[in-house]
Amino acid sequence: MIGENKHKRGLKQSIDWKLIVVYVLLVLIGWVNIYASIHSENPSSIFDWTVRSGKQFVWMLTAFGLAGFILFVLPPRIWEGSSVPLYLIVCALLVVVIFVSKDVKGSHSWFELGPVKFQPAEISKITTSLLLASVMSRQNFRLSVMRDFLLVALIIAVPMLIIVAESETGSALVYAGFIFVLYREGFSGWWLALIGLVILLFITTLTLSPYISILILIAILTLSNAFRGPRKALWPRLCTGLGFVALMAFLPQLWSILQDYIQAHMDWMQRVTWVPRADESETYRWAILLDVKPMYILLGLSFLFLPFLSVRAFKRKDTFLGMSVAAFVIGVALVFSTDFIFQNVLQDHQRSRIEVLLGMKEDPAGVGYNVNQSKIAIGSGGLTGKGFMQGTQTAFGFVPEQSTDFIFCTVGEEWGFLGCMVVILLYVFLIARLILDAERCRENFNRIYGYCVASCIFMHLFINIGMTVGLMPVIGIPLPLLSYGGSSLWAFTILIFIFVALYRQEKKYF
Amino acid sequence: MNTDTRHTRLLIGLGVVAAILLAKIFSIQVLDDHYKIDADNNTTVREIIYPTRGVIYDRNGDILVGNKVAYDILVNPRDLEKVEFDTLALATALDTTVEFIRGKMQEYRKNRRKIGFQSVTMIKQIPAETYNKFAEVQYRFPGFKGQVRGIRDYPINAGGNLLGYVSEVNQTYIDNHPGEYRSGDYAGITGIEAAREKDLRGEKGYHIFLRNSKNQIEQPYKDGEFDKEAVPGRDVVTTIDAQLQQYGQELMRNKVGAIVAIEPGTGEILALVSSPGIDVSQLADIGKYYQEISKDPYRPMYNRAVQASYPPGSVFKLVNGLVGLEEGVLRPEMTYPCSRGYHFGAGHKLGCHGHKSPLNMEESIMMSCNAYYCYVLKNILDNRKFQGDYGEAMDHWHDMVTSFGFGTKLGSDFPNELSGSIPSSKTYNRAYGKGRWNSTTVISLSIGQGEILATPMHLANLCATVANRGFYYIPHIIKASEGVEIDPKYYEKQYTKVSVEHFPKVIKGMWRAVNSGAGMGGTAWVAHVDGLDICGKTGTAQNPRGADNSCFICFAPMDDPKIAIAAYVENGGFGATYAAPMASLMVEKYLKGEVKRTDLEKRMKEANLLSRVKKD
Repeated sequence: MIGENKHKRGLKQSIDWKLIVVYVLLVLIGWVNIYASIHSENPSSIFDWTVRSGKQFVWMLTAFGLAGFILFVLPPRIWEGSSVPLYLIVCALLVVVIFVSKDVKGSHSWFELGPVKFQPAEISKITTSLLLASVMSRQNFRLSVMRDFLLVALIIAVPMLIIVAESETGSALVYAGFIFVLYREGFSGWWLALIGLVILLFITTLTLSPYISILILIAILTLSNAFRGPRKALWPRLCTGLGFVALMAFLPQLWSILQDYIQAHMDWMQRVTWVPRADESETYRWAILLDVKPMYILLGLSFLFLPFLSVRAFKRKDTFLGMSVAAFVIGVALVFSTDFIFQNVLQDHQRSRIEVLLGMKEDPAGVGYNVNQSKIAIGSGGLTGKGFMQGTQTAFGFVPEQSTDFIFCTVGEEWGFLGCMVVILLYVFLIARLILDAERCRENFNRIYGYCVASCIFMHLFINIGMTVGLMPVIGIPLPLLSYGGSSLWAFTILIFIFVALYRQEKKYF
Repeated sequence: MNTDTRHTRLLIGLGVVAAILLAKIFSIQVLDDHYKIDADNNTTVREIIYPTRGVIYDRNGDILVGNKVAYDILVNPRDLEKVEFDTLALATALDTTVEFIRGKMQEYRKNRRKIGFQSVTMIKQIPAETYNKFAEVQYRFPGFKGQVRGIRDYPINAGGNLLGYVSEVNQTYIDNHPGEYRSGDYAGITGIEAAREKDLRGEKGYHIFLRNSKNQIEQPYKDGEFDKEAVPGRDVVTTIDAQLQQYGQELMRNKVGAIVAIEPGTGEILALVSSPGIDVSQLADIGKYYQEISKDPYRPMYNRAVQASYPPGSVFKLVNGLVGLEEGVLRPEMTYPCSRGYHFGAGHKLGCHGHKSPLNMEESIMMSCNAYYCYVLKNILDNRKFQGDYGEAMDHWHDMVTSFGFGTKLGSDFPNELSGSIPSSKTYNRAYGKGRWNSTTVISLSIGQGEILATPMHLANLCATVANRGFYYIPHIIKASEGVEIDPKYYEKQYTKVSVEHFPKVIKGMWRAVNSGAGMGGTAWVAHVDGLDICGKTGTAQNPRGADNSCFICFAPMDDPKIAIAAYVENGGFGATYAAPMASLMVEKYLKGEVKRTDLEKRMKEANLLSRVKKD
């Protein structure tokens, strides 16, 4: 027995029970809150098949069955082998559903088979994860090789784009989470930083102004160059860069004072009609300054430096400086195009959604209704909540989609901050556990798949809860394991338990 | 590749994101209170329960103003969007027009967003009969429903002006009573309804319900723990005698003027008739009639009993006589001559009618001699004790007269009482200049003309004062009853500045004016009723706008006065022509319960003096 243990461990040792306990806890929390979120005159039993809590109970039992099936029946090896056909089948389903599904709030993403509905987008997360893990775990795979990188990008982008075509932008956003997997597998952190920078510029351009966005861009680029460069050059670079930014920050005020002065002078000139012709031309010469905006000055000065910096980067073979120059040019283009697109290309309702999200506009009754009601529900919960089944906001239908996408409102209202904290910590534990387990895997396939699972759950968690508390725009994606719905619960169960099975296999034989 | 640190970084990132989410949740759940308030506003709705308004009784326990059921028709415009309905049938059932309903529907469509899922009141206060008609066909009009709302009911046609009306409060009213009313509430606007609003209105109650996002009521909030039941308004008992009031109104029909009857022993107002008045049938639905009433040239809203200032005419001779007696410038046995008037200055004369001459004080009252009171007033103003200072004498007279309540608001509990006016030295100094007037200048004061103005209530109060032999109780219209207190001042005797011993001398003259029999020169023999010992004084006041005003005050019985009354009929001619018979009929009605002099009664009721009255 002892000798055998070295090669083959029992259930207790091989399965990550803590992970499963957290999984079961979250599913049960979801079930209870779905029950609480349904309100009727005479509350029916939690097992009543006619209401959502009863249906969820059935989904739960079947999900547990499915988990057992994956864990104990299916050989874990089949996943790596079948990843390509599974991926292709699901992609095909994603396309087919566009043409055969009914229109549900503008999106075409549901298959309806009698009473059962399911969303292929849920499953494509699994197949994409499997294929990513399979491709990236190949012996000669290198992310830094362009061909391999493009392959990975394609695997992620194909389902993502089809889902966008289904008008399920929210689900598509989840695929952005695979960037964390790539990062773990050696993708440069600077790309991550660059994506963060793009998002930052996008937001500051809309909420503050393009001028300030460009100042921020310059500040970040100079700071990173200063800290990356040689110690000796740190302070001179820091002082020049930040000095320039500080000076430019005050430019608009100074400039408007100057312009006021010129305007006043011109007004005076106009009143005094006997001014000789010769002087008139002089006033016109100054009047040009009235049309010059601070932005032009900022850009003009910046682009004066660019050739100098480029030459220096080339001479010293400082790729980072070269990249910074490029980033600056691209950043400026991004700022202007964002501004232009937002003001001229976007339609009113799209613009207003973004405006509400960014807090530029108060609109509790219109597009902000959902978020506002959701915040009211969560906010009214207080520290300890109103108690089980005592919530009024969710139960009386003030919060839309209260048992699916906005299930977290019920948690917030009835269980308060403490309840929210427990739920979020359970998720953090789940994701952290997945990452740590993945790190312990010897097989690259298993590790990469584990990271894919963690990323998917993380993205769902962040987007969904962020949406209910007003940090994210209203994007209709479920909260994993908690939200009502069979196809979502099944998908996450499969996603997680494939990893549990893979992990068990590792533990069993290594 | 530094893969070891990468997964640590990712874990740190996870922690940071979780911390951001928790921080945000903490801020909206624990730090920020306004979401909790919003949640309450979201989910609770208060249904106001309107209290029953207090009933107004007359002094004998008869109901003057009660309540009856009416209905507001509510409609939920959202329910109408899905259905077609027969506008004509609905208009017929609701006793309104198709245009009205179409107009309302258009209005609801326009305010669609504002109304949301709420019900709105389409028609207010339709009577029960109309509602029953609607209820029969209501099934055809889903979305429409009736809501009970009590309205005022007037079982007896008495005291329209007196009672006042109740109507929905407007914004000005709400602003003037901060925190007490809300839009949609009703309040007494005039008359007793206004004066006793605080007693009558009761307290609104409310039921708190939880509602869902579609504004549908779900269930009582915390099983009604925080609900408040409505407290019905307190009933108010008035001093009015409904039968007498109604009788007075019948007598005054088609005449302009007022009758005020007071119980001298208490100051309680038995009847307060103002004519033309508002019919009680119009009161319940004042909104419908308001335009019509306010455009009426005879101004029925105007309560002449307390708001009209009339010259009292000869009735005022009683006051001058009493002041003369008090000042010692007149003794009952003193006689003065009258040759069809009082001659003064160079060829000036204040005329009088034919009667015996000379006469003493009793006879002067009985026959209402003008000349006699010219002498009296002259003696009051030329009183040696003031050493020829007319101003001082005048002011002294003013003080004496105002002690009867003239020239001031009596302080009754009836709103909008006017003070009338009694001149003082200032009045004449202003008009003529100081020292440029004397007793002859103001001689018309002697007979209650000139600068003297009094309301019918003042005259009734004078009558009550005389009946009480020297004091009065402030006239009032509300009796103390369970839960309703009245100001203690209404229980206090108000003595005049004339000693009580002088009053019987005047009363003798008043008795003779009524009870001397025809042909004896008594001006008010028409007011005589066997066995009632009515004491009265006529007045015929000049009216610059046409025929003289007819005025009469009387009380009865002489020795134990139960009623003191003043009648004033604009353009009625001599005091004995209309005012005296009417007042006398009122007394007969009140003391005997029925009127035997049916011919006189008929003549009075049928007389129409409206054509004589100049319209405003």
